[in-house]
Amino acid sequence: MGLSKLNGLYREVILDHANHPHNKHDIPQATSKMTVHNPTCGDTINVAVDVEDGRIKDIGYSGSGCTISQASASMMTEAVKGKTTDEALAMAKTFSDMAIGKQHSQADLDQLGDAQILTSIMEFPARIKCATISWWALQRALLKKDDEEEEQ
Amino acid sequence: MVNNINDLSADFPILDQQVNGERLAYLDNAATAQKPKQVVDTLVHFYEHDNANVHRGVHTLAERATTQYEEARKKVQHFINAADNREIIFTKGCTDGLNLVASTYGEQNIHDGDEIVISIMEHHSNLIPWQQLAIKKHAKLKYIELTPDGTLDMADARQKITDKTKIVAVAHASNVLGTVNPLKDLAQLAHQHGAIIVGDGAQSVPHMPVDVQDLDVDFYAFSGHKMMGPTGIGVLYGKADLLREMPPYQYGGEMISAVYRDRTEFADIPFKFEAGTQNIAGAIALGTAVDYLEKIGMDQVAAKEQELVDYVLPQLEAIPYVTVYGPQDPQQHTGVIAFNMAGIHPHDVATALDAEGVAVRAGHHCAQPLMAALGVAATTRASFYFYNTQKDADQLINAIKATKEFFNGGTI
Repeated sequence: MGLSKLNGLYREVILDHANHPHNKHDIPQATSKMTVHNPTCGDTINVAVDVEDGRIKDIGYSGSGCTISQASASMMTEAVKGKTTDEALAMAKTFSDMAIGKQHSQADLDQLGDAQILTSIMEFPARIKCATISWWALQRALLKKDDEEEEQ
Repeated sequence: MVNNINDLSADFPILDQQVNGERLAYLDNAATAQKPKQVVDTLVHFYEHDNANVHRGVHTLAERATTQYEEARKKVQHFINAADNREIIFTKGCTDGLNLVASTYGEQNIHDGDEIVISIMEHHSNLIPWQQLAIKKHAKLKYIELTPDGTLDMADARQKITDKTKIVAVAHASNVLGTVNPLKDLAQLAHQHGAIIVGDGAQSVPHMPVDVQDLDVDFYAFSGHKMMGPTGIGVLYGKADLLREMPPYQYGGEMISAVYRDRTEFADIPFKFEAGTQNIAGAIALGTAVDYLEKIGMDQVAAKEQELVDYVLPQLEAIPYVTVYGPQDPQQHTGVIAFNMAGIHPHDVATALDAEGVAVRAGHHCAQPLMAALGVAATTRASFYFYNTQKDADQLINAIKATKEFFNGGTI
């Protein structure tokens, strides 16, 4: 079997997002920023969102990480840009649920766009954190209270 | 017992399996070693025949359990050549032993303005206890840095260790760089300045002959599971006169000589530091692991690992897209080999190698300050033990080449 087992994990669209990430830049006018760490590997991701009237007007991320975490962050930012914060939070929940094997409707999955491909990560339990870290950062950024310190 | 060091497969049935449809090459020995049948059999035999609590009962099983437990202590004593079996304290593991020293000796002897010297290559378990102690006591934590070739900078050590230094704590062997530190020289240096020295033996005791009296270390901690014993058992060696002066680590059963309403007289060493029911079966099985290693001989173990390093390291270094950390000379490198593949994150490398049956570790290896010093977020680490073979090394090299092909070769 060997490496062919990984064809599902490293599909072309995933590698494309990892190698040519979307929205990997700072958002100077961001209304909220969040940094989270993956303690198992030392990777870090920073998510910055610009929310106006309850809608994500712009979103960007920075940080370093593996193919899965970078692709996931790229896909996440594409998927939530332009969505309301409630919609984005619902998508984050769908993604986290899928990653731990909970079922969602096809309509929920379709909302995720490219990102739904990465829900196949559940076949690789050791890598689930890599895929969910950017969604976790998004959740934290959107739910952060104004006076909450950014986690460093 | 199989005596041929080149064919120990009968003792390690776990190694004879396929993962992901491929032959397993277990190269994560720095994380934990596999257990020979003899160790597993000891655990089973103890629980099926001799299980009882130690030092308390007068019945036959309690006597048997106590005898075996204390026998294991003597085996460990001889294994590291401690002067007295009472200098061997059973712990949960290496981390537990280091925390014990920090929270007893450290608590008692570190004061405002004192200095604690560790190295930049320390595992978090020999870093955080000292860092937190220093914060609590307003002491200064200093790091011995690396030379450009990835070894401990002894010139820097001579600068950092001063008359203000009270504790020096350094790994005997690195869990990332594959280096062996000159612990004996460091001990001498520490003692010249009136400091004590704590050795972290997690990556050395399983792999090379260790003589704590020759090293002249004051404390020396290691884990059982990295030397083929069970998890949850470890050893702290301490010089008897130091141990006697130290306050207890935890309070409870077994560690007392008499308890009154308002005070307690504590037991003598080592029992003063073994509160509560210990990992009895684990200690006895660790004794079996010691027997196993001694039967092969630690010189033989070290020689076999050197042979594997001589074989695999030059091959790894010859791959243009592979960077090996630590010394590049196989003679200066233990079986712990941390590397990166250009353009492929270590986590992706480890997943790909696993698909090819090769078990390695990826990440920061609980050494984040070292990763920062090396300028990387993470590395992949292959770590060998004496039961590994050239076949395992070949499988690693081939899997690395296949991984490169998979990610950059346009195969998907």
